[in-house]
Amino acid sequence: MAGPKLSKKKGGSAANPPLKKKQKALPTLEKETKEEMIFNSDGSEEPVMLENPDEEDQGMDSLSDMSSDGDDVYANDILQGSDDEEGSDEEERGAQGDSDSDVSDFEKEARQIDEEKAREEVDAEAELELNIKNEANEFSLPTEEELEEEAQRPPDLSNLLRRIKEIVRVLSNFKSLRLEGATRKDYVDQLKMDLISYYGYNDFLIEALVELFPAVELMELIEAFEKPRPTCLRTNTLKTRRRDLAGVLLNRGVNLDPLSKWSKVGLVVYDSQVPIGATPEYMAGHYMLQGASSFLPVMALAPQEKEKVVDMAAAPGGKTTYIAALMKNTGMIYANEMKESRLKSLTANIHRMGVTNTIVSNYDARELPKVLGSNSVDRILLDAPCSGTGVISKDESVKTSKSALDIQNCAHLQKQLILAAIDLVDANSKSGGYIVYSTCSIMVAENEAVIDYALKKRDVKLVPCGLDFGRPGFIRFRGHRFHTSLDKTRRFYPHVHNMDGFFVAKLKKMSNMKPTSQQSEDGEVEEEESELVESNDQEEGVKEKKQFNKGSNEIATEKVIKEKKQLNKGSSVSGAGKQPPLKERRKKKEWPSREEIAKNREEKRQALRESKRKRKYLSFDIGDVDYLLCYCVGQSVHEAVILTDSSSKKTMLCIESAAKRMRLYKRRLSGCTREYDATSQG
Amino acid sequence: MRPLDENETVAVFNKLHKFVGNNLKNIVLESQAHEGPETNPGRYCFRMQKNRVYYVSESLVKRATNVKRDKLVSLGTQIGKFTKSGKFHLTVQCLNLLAANAKHKVWLKPTSETKFLYGHSLKKDGVGRITEGIQVNNGVVVFSMSDVPLGFGDAAKSTVDYRKMDPNGIVVHHHADIGEYLRMEDDL
Repeated sequence: MAGPKLSKKKGGSAANPPLKKKQKALPTLEKETKEEMIFNSDGSEEPVMLENPDEEDQGMDSLSDMSSDGDDVYANDILQGSDDEEGSDEEERGAQGDSDSDVSDFEKEARQIDEEKAREEVDAEAELELNIKNEANEFSLPTEEELEEEAQRPPDLSNLLRRIKEIVRVLSNFKSLRLEGATRKDYVDQLKMDLISYYGYNDFLIEALVELFPAVELMELIEAFEKPRPTCLRTNTLKTRRRDLAGVLLNRGVNLDPLSKWSKVGLVVYDSQVPIGATPEYMAGHYMLQGASSFLPVMALAPQEKEKVVDMAAAPGGKTTYIAALMKNTGMIYANEMKESRLKSLTANIHRMGVTNTIVSNYDARELPKVLGSNSVDRILLDAPCSGTGVISKDESVKTSKSALDIQNCAHLQKQLILAAIDLVDANSKSGGYIVYSTCSIMVAENEAVIDYALKKRDVKLVPCGLDFGRPGFIRFRGHRFHTSLDKTRRFYPHVHNMDGFFVAKLKKMSNMKPTSQQSEDGEVEEEESELVESNDQEEGVKEKKQFNKGSNEIATEKVIKEKKQLNKGSSVSGAGKQPPLKERRKKKEWPSREEIAKNREEKRQALRESKRKRKYLSFDIGDVDYLLCYCVGQSVHEAVILTDSSSKKTMLCIESAAKRMRLYKRRLSGCTREYDATSQG
Repeated sequence: MRPLDENETVAVFNKLHKFVGNNLKNIVLESQAHEGPETNPGRYCFRMQKNRVYYVSESLVKRATNVKRDKLVSLGTQIGKFTKSGKFHLTVQCLNLLAANAKHKVWLKPTSETKFLYGHSLKKDGVGRITEGIQVNNGVVVFSMSDVPLGFGDAAKSTVDYRKMDPNGIVVHHHADIGEYLRMEDDL
């Protein structure tokens, strides 16, 4: 290292001067090598290193002076050179006495000033390096002390934003960019906290969003939520055409464009000189202001002319009027809205747009099957009330006001609504049998979970929506596993499709039958019952009985009754009386005495006969069967016989008790009668 | 929901006759209703619900019977309301029906459209065109120059007098206009 350095020096090497040169060269050399080490980020020697460039130049000058190369450049620096020469000499040799005290005072001062200047520069450089070091490749999470400090100061937004961006960058390339000892969880937790304070969300919502999206997409989504979606309008094809309307509005000074290639009636408004919601065309019902995402469920529904359609949550009427426009005012629409305060806008919009085939009602949508009759309608649109997490750009309060409980309540309501909707639709309708379920939310609990629930509870299946853009819904999400057909549902996001967050699913009802008859006090019992009764879970249900009845393998081998009910009204009569026995069974209580049981049963049978005399069929409720089974089991039954009447698909359970005489059971099975005379066996 | 009784029917028809004249038979008798899921078009009829008169097709009426009285909000097209004292007034929702069958029409200049839509009565200098044969107190339907129906009202002057009038005189008394959808949504 020494060699090449020497050769770099301009001064040649004579014998005597080399001595001094070397003496000077050495420290300068040392300093130079130290200078090289700057680039190795060795902080400790920096001050020493950086002093050197100054002195190195001057050292060079002195060298050149000494060797008297006659370099013109350095000839002018004689004074500097000599000063420095002396200065460096003094440094080398330690503080030796000066020959000339006056000169040395000046020199001292000059030296001190130089040193100070050098020190400042060194510090500045050090600081710069420090900053660069922090912001370049190594990003470290703030420590607890730093966080506490931050919590006390007012939030530093730019700092937060920078940290958010850094964490997202690290998370996107975690293996290479992570720091030692920092887990992914730490980064994610810090990101959540920063997002909460920067964008103003609450814990629950940020948690939910983090579960749904990877880090980079999460940022895009949150940014998209900060900005409003473009205003769209839909031409009312009952009164005008898109071309004509666009022409008229352009004349009025509205800057607009057709919406997209997937819509023939949509227009997007960029800006407008007149208020777009108050033009004479708007008042004449030529168009409706409607978000682009609201077109989607009606397009998926595709109502045909002369059909009966129900819109279960219709206000303010954008989708209802679109349905009417597609049906060209033929057929019939029931527009239902639960909240009275929103009814006014619904009727006003209906009349304004010139829709004549609509009946507006004010029911709770869950009652509609009773009002309109089950299996009576061709298509249903259920735009369910939801938490609104997809439309944060319209309503910022959603950021802070939603909690897990809200989502649960919404989901519960939506499940009830979708079952009501399915019950309303007629599976055998010539042209229909479709239900479209849509929400303006991106939560899985309100979307895929509800559809999955409907698939389990009713005989429906998912069909393609007809919307090829849009992301397929989740088939699995964290712990949940949904039915595989759920990829036919569609999700829409603001940062991908530039419309509000939305979810659309289209179901087709396969048959009007329900797999179970649900009568229960609470949801839990209902689900247990359904598990017992559903043919898929027969063994499970029988197993459960096993727990109650020890060692009754015979019962276990018998199948649970499969029931087909024509109407669920029968069950409502018989179900009511069956709750106490069920409860008893579950709680493993003692059975009431045989006479009491027999009396109860006889009374119930009488009641059943009265109510079902007209219908001429027997409907068993699951409770009934369970009760009988359990009773018999308690009496150590030896045999149980099941008879099936295949023509009417009714099943009859006849139980013979080994020990006791049983009564005559007479049952009338649609057209055929069977009598069994159970006698005691020997 | 119930059908109209004698007096009410008379009142409604009188009011309608003011605007549509002989075309009343188009509205009432010979109307073909394509609403309803049946293939054969039925006819239209009038029904009363909560003091409001609706113009509905028969098939819709049949299916609206299962909706309870207090839960039924609207059906078909509303044409007017009965006031507490028993008078019948036409409302703006029947504008489409009237405009299709109107006998007397007035076309507005673009500059005075907004004034009418705010609920003011029509002055002579706002009128672009006017049909012949209007007598005083005839019902008049107001259009814009591009044939968009804007509202309706009462003629204050006959066509003959209209020509002799000074520009500031009122030609048509305002009854209803489509601006009410924005101004008075709650009162409709």
